[in-house]
Amino acid sequence: MVKLKELPKEEYLLPGNATCAGCGLSVALRLAYKALGPRTVLVIPACCASVIHSPFPNTAFATPCLNIAFEAAAAAASGVVAAYEKRGVKDVTVLAWAGDGGTADIGIQALSGAVERGTNFIYVCYDNESYMNTGIQRSGSTPYGAWTTTTPTGKKQHKKDVPLIMAAHDMPYVATASISYPRDLISKLRKAKEIKGPKYLQILIPCPPGWRFPTEKTVEIGRLAVQTGMWALFEVESGKLKLSGPSARLVDKSKRKPIEEYLKVQGRFRRLTEEDIGVLQKWVDRSWENYERLT
Amino acid sequence: MSQIIIDTGNHIAGYACKAARAEVVAAYPITPQSSVVEQIADFVEKGKMDAKYIRVESEHSAMAACIGAAAAGARTFTATSSHGLALMHEMLHWASAARLPIVMSVVNRAMGPGWNIWSDFSDSLSQRDTGWIQFYCADNQEIFDTIIQAYKLCEDKRVMMPAMVCHEGLILSHTSMPVEIPDQKEIDDFLPPYNPPWILDVDKPITHGSLIYPEWYMEFRYFMYEALENAKRLIPEIEKEYGKRFGREYGGYMERYRCEDADLVLLSMGTIGSEAKIAADRLRNHGLKVGVARVRVFRPFPKEEIQNLARNPRMLAVIDRQVSYGMEGPLFTEVKASLCGTEDAPLMAGFIAGLGGRDVTFLDIEKIARKSLKYLETGKAAKEVEWIGLRR
Repeated sequence: MVKLKELPKEEYLLPGNATCAGCGLSVALRLAYKALGPRTVLVIPACCASVIHSPFPNTAFATPCLNIAFEAAAAAASGVVAAYEKRGVKDVTVLAWAGDGGTADIGIQALSGAVERGTNFIYVCYDNESYMNTGIQRSGSTPYGAWTTTTPTGKKQHKKDVPLIMAAHDMPYVATASISYPRDLISKLRKAKEIKGPKYLQILIPCPPGWRFPTEKTVEIGRLAVQTGMWALFEVESGKLKLSGPSARLVDKSKRKPIEEYLKVQGRFRRLTEEDIGVLQKWVDRSWENYERLT
Repeated sequence: MSQIIIDTGNHIAGYACKAARAEVVAAYPITPQSSVVEQIADFVEKGKMDAKYIRVESEHSAMAACIGAAAAGARTFTATSSHGLALMHEMLHWASAARLPIVMSVVNRAMGPGWNIWSDFSDSLSQRDTGWIQFYCADNQEIFDTIIQAYKLCEDKRVMMPAMVCHEGLILSHTSMPVEIPDQKEIDDFLPPYNPPWILDVDKPITHGSLIYPEWYMEFRYFMYEALENAKRLIPEIEKEYGKRFGREYGGYMERYRCEDADLVLLSMGTIGSEAKIAADRLRNHGLKVGVARVRVFRPFPKEEIQNLARNPRMLAVIDRQVSYGMEGPLFTEVKASLCGTEDAPLMAGFIAGLGGRDVTFLDIEKIARKSLKYLETGKAAKEVEWIGLRR
């Protein structure tokens, strides 16, 4: 696994960007940039990332970036890849970088299409589990029970499992990651960079204003998500799922912290009843049984 | 060596895409466009055309992929019809505001419901305000020639805007005609490789399409407005150059036929403009002075040419293959707007015909002409637009 001190000193997400205090996305993008290097072209749909690079005429991105419509990141990235292939542009990583709304909901068709076509690109879904850019509305990726502005009494459905949907495409590489485990995140991105064809990564991004927690707790909450099993770190290659990093040690249910530890530190889960917590815990356990089946 | 081939409008659009050396094609099939993209797939897979062909999963993605490819420096092409074009709508705005010179073949087809695969202009005219340049063709040769010229126009640094080259579904898309395909070297001389002012380049990084505040947004929209004004100037120039090299011109913005001494000019777009020539000839045999004008470019709209055209005839009859509900035919509206404030404007009447592929024959057009000439006698046209051949 990569050592943090071996990472390039260069910054490609530049200072002065427009993220909120404690933003998990800025951690993820900064690390992703360091993992992939300066020969990276970003394709970004409507999402927090399309705002944080700052308004015209400034930019906080040190590499090229094409902004594109909400549902179109994977399709536009396909076009960039095709043009580079045709023009003989080599050693450039095309990175579609989208939120969970742009991935699990409005963008899933274009993503599925681009992956089915074998497009040589990396698609990262930075998953802050709601439409944060528009002001915290529920997405397909919002977990059960979470408050959002469109689920004021808590979401009634479970989180859509996009990583496994992508794995069902039999694509070369699918992985999940967390900003709280940067070495795991960087290793996965570097691995993805070396693989030809479509690669999908989903990174859990704690969001202080959206999840309702103090801005200094971002990394801690990301860690709790993994330790409680609410978010599992894994890779899927050739149809085989492999739990990675700290998640590899959590297959035994008793090793996982109770989900209450993760829920109680976030205002978005404040209204959860004992019964709700039971529903959510069951979902977590079932997800892990599923991961076990796939390993 | 140039060669004459006999083929359908759709296949000819494919030949034009190949002759223009499009580098990336991203397309999704839809009736009646499908044989355009089938032809291109055939060219690419048989090695006759050196392009990347992305078989996208929707028209929205087709245009998004074209945008990505054009932004990464490739000459791009796509084709669609009807609901496919409607699905693209958001990305049409994106392509033009990103100033990417994408050329698209639009095979005109009516919008549903009920499902209708036949022709009218309800698809492309609904996209009027997206910033796309719009050409309308009346035969297969014109499809070929216009697509080549569209690239030259769109990629001009003074323009840098996308264009749709429209032809009517089934009427042209599936009708074979002889077409001259010029020598490739001569086309290459006319249309040099795409040389964009900006691309996604890791050695010269830029962020494109950032959030833009009200203090700057209007300026960017003015640049687009200016680009279409520039296109207005360049369209006839480019056609003249093309004409000099290849021997074919279509009258720039408007093909005119027997208009010089006409009392009545029948104004339309697409194949109705061809059919109207037969009607005019027959009416002239009866001593009726009828001319025909076929508008070839709807955006930028040839306001000045309409004003010129309107100087001599005493009446203009506008035949629209599309209706704007709650108003009239869009061509009729634009023609009237072009003449607003001019002195001695001719009498004008609007007609709706041929929606959803209903045949518009020269006999129908003769009826329109005779009705218009009656209006001219009384000096008064009907207040409402008339629907031709309507059953009620």
